[in-house]
Amino acid sequence: MLYDIIVVGGGHAGCEAALSSARLNNNTLLITGNINNIADMPCNPSIGGSAKGIVVREIDALGGEMGRCADKSHIQIKLLNSSKGPAVRSLRAQADKITYPKTMQETLKNCKNLTIKEDIVEDLIIEDKKVCGVKLENGEEIKSKIVILTTGTYLKADILVGSERTRSGPNNQRPSNFLSDRLKDLGFNIQRLKTGTPPRLDRNSIDYEKAQREDGDNQELTFSFDNKIFYDVNKQVPCYLVYTNELTHQIIRDNLEKSAMYGGYATGIGPRYCPSIEDKVVRFSDKSRHQLFLEPESLFYDDIYLQGFSTSMPRDVQERMVHSIEGLENVKILKYAYAIEYDAIDPLQINYSLETKIIENLFTAGQINGTSGYEEAAAQGLIAGINASRKLQNKEPLILRRDEAYIGVLIDDLVTKGTKEPYRLLTSRAEFRLLLRHDNADLRLREYGHEIGLVDDKRYEQFLLKKQQINECIEILKNKKIGVTDKNNNYLQSKNSSKISDGITLYELLKRPEIKIEDLKFFIPLNFSDEILDITSTNIKYEGYINKEIKEAKKMREQDEKLIPEDIDYNNVKNLASEARQKLINVKPKSIGQASRISGVNPADISILLIYLKRRGKHE
Amino acid sequence: MEDIIASISTSLSVGAISIVRVSGAGSVDLVDKIFSNDLKSKQSHTITYGYIIDNNEKIDEVLVSVFLAPKTYTKEDIVEINCHGGYATTNKVLQLLLDNGARLAQPGEFTKRAYLNGRIDLLEAEAISDLINSKTELTRKMAINGIEKKISNTIRELRDEIALILSNIEVNIDYPEYTDEVEITHNLIKENIKNFRNKINYILKKSKNNMLIKEGIKVGIFGRPNVGKSSLLNRLIEEDKAIVTNIEGTTRDIVEATCKIDDIVINLYDTAGIRKTDDVIEQIGVKKSLDILNNIDLAIIVLNGNEKLTEYDKELLDITKDKIRIIFINKDDLDKKIDIDNIDNIVYGNTLTEKGIDKLKSKILKVFDLEKITDEDLTFLSSARTISLLNKCSNIIDKVDNTITQDIPIDMIEIDIKEIWNLLGEITGDNYNDELIDKMFENFCLGK
Repeated sequence: MLYDIIVVGGGHAGCEAALSSARLNNNTLLITGNINNIADMPCNPSIGGSAKGIVVREIDALGGEMGRCADKSHIQIKLLNSSKGPAVRSLRAQADKITYPKTMQETLKNCKNLTIKEDIVEDLIIEDKKVCGVKLENGEEIKSKIVILTTGTYLKADILVGSERTRSGPNNQRPSNFLSDRLKDLGFNIQRLKTGTPPRLDRNSIDYEKAQREDGDNQELTFSFDNKIFYDVNKQVPCYLVYTNELTHQIIRDNLEKSAMYGGYATGIGPRYCPSIEDKVVRFSDKSRHQLFLEPESLFYDDIYLQGFSTSMPRDVQERMVHSIEGLENVKILKYAYAIEYDAIDPLQINYSLETKIIENLFTAGQINGTSGYEEAAAQGLIAGINASRKLQNKEPLILRRDEAYIGVLIDDLVTKGTKEPYRLLTSRAEFRLLLRHDNADLRLREYGHEIGLVDDKRYEQFLLKKQQINECIEILKNKKIGVTDKNNNYLQSKNSSKISDGITLYELLKRPEIKIEDLKFFIPLNFSDEILDITSTNIKYEGYINKEIKEAKKMREQDEKLIPEDIDYNNVKNLASEARQKLINVKPKSIGQASRISGVNPADISILLIYLKRRGKHE
Repeated sequence: MEDIIASISTSLSVGAISIVRVSGAGSVDLVDKIFSNDLKSKQSHTITYGYIIDNNEKIDEVLVSVFLAPKTYTKEDIVEINCHGGYATTNKVLQLLLDNGARLAQPGEFTKRAYLNGRIDLLEAEAISDLINSKTELTRKMAINGIEKKISNTIRELRDEIALILSNIEVNIDYPEYTDEVEITHNLIKENIKNFRNKINYILKKSKNNMLIKEGIKVGIFGRPNVGKSSLLNRLIEEDKAIVTNIEGTTRDIVEATCKIDDIVINLYDTAGIRKTDDVIEQIGVKKSLDILNNIDLAIIVLNGNEKLTEYDKELLDITKDKIRIIFINKDDLDKKIDIDNIDNIVYGNTLTEKGIDKLKSKILKVFDLEKITDEDLTFLSSARTISLLNKCSNIIDKVDNTITQDIPIDMIEIDIKEIWNLLGEITGDNYNDELIDKMFENFCLGK
């Protein structure tokens, strides 16, 4: 049996890769260590968050699954930053750790062209620098045209609790012991990364009186642009907020050398944005307390995830630390916190398409590429699935630009800068975040999704209608001019807005900060949904800022369109600074734009490179 | 690459003429904005006579050559402005171009463009490569300079302060659930903006001082007839350039002389003595003296310590009150009869005995904060560039100040603040991609 595409690993990257591959009519095989663990959430019980929530919208716009699955399985959802500007709003949901995987598993099982196999992959079949299948634990070979590795934290995974080290994946799942060695032999630079999780508490043993309740939003929200509501706004499950105190910090300081990290038992590099509680106490010693969130993992069991308290302390110290917290004095720990170390490849060795530079037809996505987070993984899985399919169809890969999608920022960062720690998306990584909004993900990406074939005609038409309505709304506001009348001016004053002395279009009027788009209904009926009105309002009110970013984005695009030939030998480029030369050799940037984003490559180096390329062009 | 670049193409020394060259699409429109006559309709390779204008003020009488792409040196539109020689005017013209949207050309950039646009050949390109490299060497040399360093440090400090605000805003966005962290509010930004403005103004002043050092400080000497203006000037230049007599009104023309104080060039302007008439305003309004007053960096007001203040003196003090000035009280060997209080920068002395002249000299340096300058290896290049970037910062600060009252969301305002931060980084060369993210995790405690 020859498959078109084999996906190795059933996490969030693997699910999107397998689904997109199969949906694009490729005969697809998903191999996973445990079928029941497909789409498992071994870390925090939430999907979305700042920037990440926008990624989920982007996945949905392109025709991926994560958004729809999250809509069906969360127990609480809110729109973050709703009091801030439109550019930084983002959805965050508490996903049910039982329902989410189950829902995703159902989707996979019902997907045409997709076979699921329970096994461990330990080797790749390579012929002439091309992958053509995988070898299982028992030596069995399965052939395919393309292999996508989405192995998550399972490459040589070690679980660390205090000084104890156990070879195991999360939740006692079996890791792959040899695959990363094999990748190393093939020429991949393997790095050791680390991430940690906090303890899980029995929800029945928490004193909620001493905790601060945090509810979901009071409005119906969805990740997916299908806008289907599967939950009851009034029946969302609350989270709670508690704080560490001086006693907690003292216990941590007294036992520091017992933690895997500080005791020197851990070797992997952990992410700065997920510091362990030990880290927080040591590095921010002036803080008298740290916030911790009690997040329910599921409606179907009792575990509460103690967000903000990841640690690699031994179990007895964890008990004392947790019990020192107000509200958790008598809490029962159901599962101790642990750190996990795993192997990842250097993302500088992969292309924008997510195909590796070293082995043809081998794609990688998710934590194996050095990222962390379900959403980052899913996004890469989707792109890998799409581009694997396109490769089989001899089509150009889908490469999203930094001004088009957070997914574009993510992949550009990975293949341009590499990463020394598990990479997480942040809004601050995006230079054009006013363009990369929560509310316009479909306007940015739906066309691609449809063209690729993952967005069906029905959903596409729904999108076209939305687009048309936005344009209509803008036209109405541009064409409607209001005159200087007492009625109009009295109304404006009632809205704390200054009088007009000349006729003015509603479009211009809306640019006044104090005027909301709803206020314009006084002058003209605006029969559009809130979604349409919101996005129209944002586009008009912040037009100046948006245009500024569009202009900057255009500049960047021009640089990105200046391609560097693949066979360039940087040793022949005279006068490059030696650091720049080394970086350019390592990264092999595709374009002048990408080269300029490499840290350590200065504008002078770029000029020299441009001159070299021009000269070379003349010679040929 | 496609932006408009400008620089002074002739050597920066005193000569009969100097040429400011502008290249890039839109160059003609740009120069047209600051030119008295219409340039847009001019044919390629023509020369037009007129004035460079800044807010209706004539800066220089010039000849402007228009060369339209592609038959030009860079294969882009080029405009060349033939100015009268000398630093001050030429620099002013360049400064105007930079303020209006041109970017100061890097060394060799015209040639580089010529090459990249296919105008010149390989051999020349080799030379450019070296030139571009020499730029870093130049920057290195400039960095060693004490004053530059002082300014750079001030800019860095300011930049760090801005970065802290920016990273705090980012933290508020990326970790909205962490309410223990300080939330950056409009009021908080407002306070900070004040501080930013002060610092930028300070840096601007320092940068302008650098230009003073390069171009010399223009000092005008004012005072009523026979109060000792010419003698003071002679004392400063230590030669009898101005004719000194005790007959009122000897000095008819404005005498220009140059001296050096600690290697800093001082250009001195004596003013025509003005006879006392009833109409004081009219007297002081003698056109030449007023012209000078408007163009100098420093006014020295000479008063007679042996007499009470006259109406003329009072008027002079009033007219110059917003100017940087030093009051030199002459004839302090005689009885002190002058009634002057609450005025800064007074130096007592005597032009006959040289008493107080050294004090005056060090005062001149002091009012410009120039006392400690020893190394004057500064280039106009760095200063003009710095000043044009700082002016941009200053404009954005005004914009932020304005938007902050309009309840624009913080993350929008942040776009502008980030631009200030980037511009400052451009000055110091400190921009690197992940700097802000590093700052976030350095300064804030977040995450699961």
